[in-house]
Amino acid sequence: MDRRKFITKTALSSLATLIGAEIVFGTNILHDYQPVALQDPDPFKLFKKDSEMVVLNDKPWNIEARAHLLDDKITPNKHMFIRNNGLIPEAIDVKNWTLVIDGESVVHQKTYTLSELKSKFKHHTYQLTLECGGNGRSEFNPPAKGNQWTIGAVSCATWTGVRLRDVLEDAGIKDSAVYIGYHSADTHLSRDPKKEPISRGAPMIKALQDETLLAFKMNGKNIPLAHGHPLRLVAGGWPASVSGKWIERISIRNKVHDGAKMTGTAYRVPCNPVAPGTIVSDKEMCIIESMPVKSLITFPKSGAIIHKKEVLKIRGHAWAGELEVSSMETSIDFGASWQKCLLEKPVNRLAWQHFSANIPFPKKGYYEVWARATDANNKTQPMVLPGWNPKGYLNNACHRIAIKVT
Amino acid sequence: MSVDKEFQKKLRKAERLAYVAGVLFLIAGIGAGFLLVDPTYIRFQKKHVAIELEEDRIENGIHVRTGLIDAKGLMTVVTNCTNCHSAKLVTQNRMNAERWNATIKWMQETQNLWELGRNQKVIVEYLVTNYPQKEKGRREHLMNINWYELEN
Repeated sequence: MDRRKFITKTALSSLATLIGAEIVFGTNILHDYQPVALQDPDPFKLFKKDSEMVVLNDKPWNIEARAHLLDDKITPNKHMFIRNNGLIPEAIDVKNWTLVIDGESVVHQKTYTLSELKSKFKHHTYQLTLECGGNGRSEFNPPAKGNQWTIGAVSCATWTGVRLRDVLEDAGIKDSAVYIGYHSADTHLSRDPKKEPISRGAPMIKALQDETLLAFKMNGKNIPLAHGHPLRLVAGGWPASVSGKWIERISIRNKVHDGAKMTGTAYRVPCNPVAPGTIVSDKEMCIIESMPVKSLITFPKSGAIIHKKEVLKIRGHAWAGELEVSSMETSIDFGASWQKCLLEKPVNRLAWQHFSANIPFPKKGYYEVWARATDANNKTQPMVLPGWNPKGYLNNACHRIAIKVT
Repeated sequence: MSVDKEFQKKLRKAERLAYVAGVLFLIAGIGAGFLLVDPTYIRFQKKHVAIELEEDRIENGIHVRTGLIDAKGLMTVVTNCTNCHSAKLVTQNRMNAERWNATIKWMQETQNLWELGRNQKVIVEYLVTNYPQKEKGRREHLMNINWYELEN
């Protein structure tokens, strides 16, 4: 089938959502006419992203931020990374959207409409850090397979929704419950309707946390389509793939969920450390849970030239998966000495924390400002790459920016 | 007389045939004329022609539509590796032959990739030749720094 015609046909229905406006006289659009928005898909316009965002992949869409774009305390949509495993759903029918709670360990299988979810359960809002498990993959050596994220696959927006716990408890959780697994409306890259692009989940302990939401709002507005409209699971501090988008069904499982990208090597690291380049069998790979401690200098942008008399004001964010960040330091001498930063408390659990520092420089020349966060368990970011793993997950090596003093 | 009549009859028949053939020829000629002036005249052909020209254009050694390097095996890679996912997923990655073969096996087992037969060798050779691995060590230097004056 003609590729363009197929795209046009299937995408017209969701076009209104994508371009954020109804297509007036949409039904009169000529058979052969391709609306401007689809003729030349400009991802920045399509997803309302800043033009400095970096497109890693356009099928499926994978777009990342750059450090200086993440300077906001609350990440706006335009600076939020997009990570897709499959194709974005083409038609979202909000009125008829339902969420099914089922699985071996549900007491009563239940179906909720969106308006039932919104009216039946109490709403909660949290600012939650979502970082792709593969953020930083591009640095691994030998190279790891997948989208080559640098540092920009992280965000911390506010999410509003109902607690997953409240919904699961309403359906009833049997004692046998071990894990939840989500099922979404996206399409597999092969367009095989029997295949799910991704169907991950989390153990009950994470599913039942206060901050684990079934969200319908991001930063106070409807969630943008690329980020999971109309219903998204949000589980801050864990690989963002746990936070499934376009959620239609959640299964309460009596075993570790075995959906797409739960098994094999996906979102798993070797259970025991391995030498770089080692081939690791599937059964030696363990599921990633909490993300490690990490930080980003979001101001200034790398490459700043300052005058010797000036003090450099820097700022950024730090996060540590399930934990809080307890201290933050910078070094301008490649780790020979470290200076403490001012570190704020998180607005709520699982939200990133802001840091700032004033850095004087002893003499003219080339410097790198390295940033290092330490979590509540006294684990610190490494300056070199952390343990190599086949899929290149969990790179939490120190972020650094280049500075020239003249 | 009857022979003459017979001849006249055949002549009229031949005239009719010539007339029909002439009309058909004229129609075909007009059609061909339109196509000569504008090859996209036939709707059926419109996309076909446009896509064919666009799809395989090479500029500065790069296959424009996919961004892949123009080298031996290019079209085999385009045909087999850019149907489901973007070529960007291919060019981002740097693997040796063993890992590319393992990746192909994984795509065949889980992602509906078809059997590649003899093409598999062509594809893997294209990838390891044109997108070779680079030694990065434990941490690379900061590169491509865009220097700017910071206004304090």
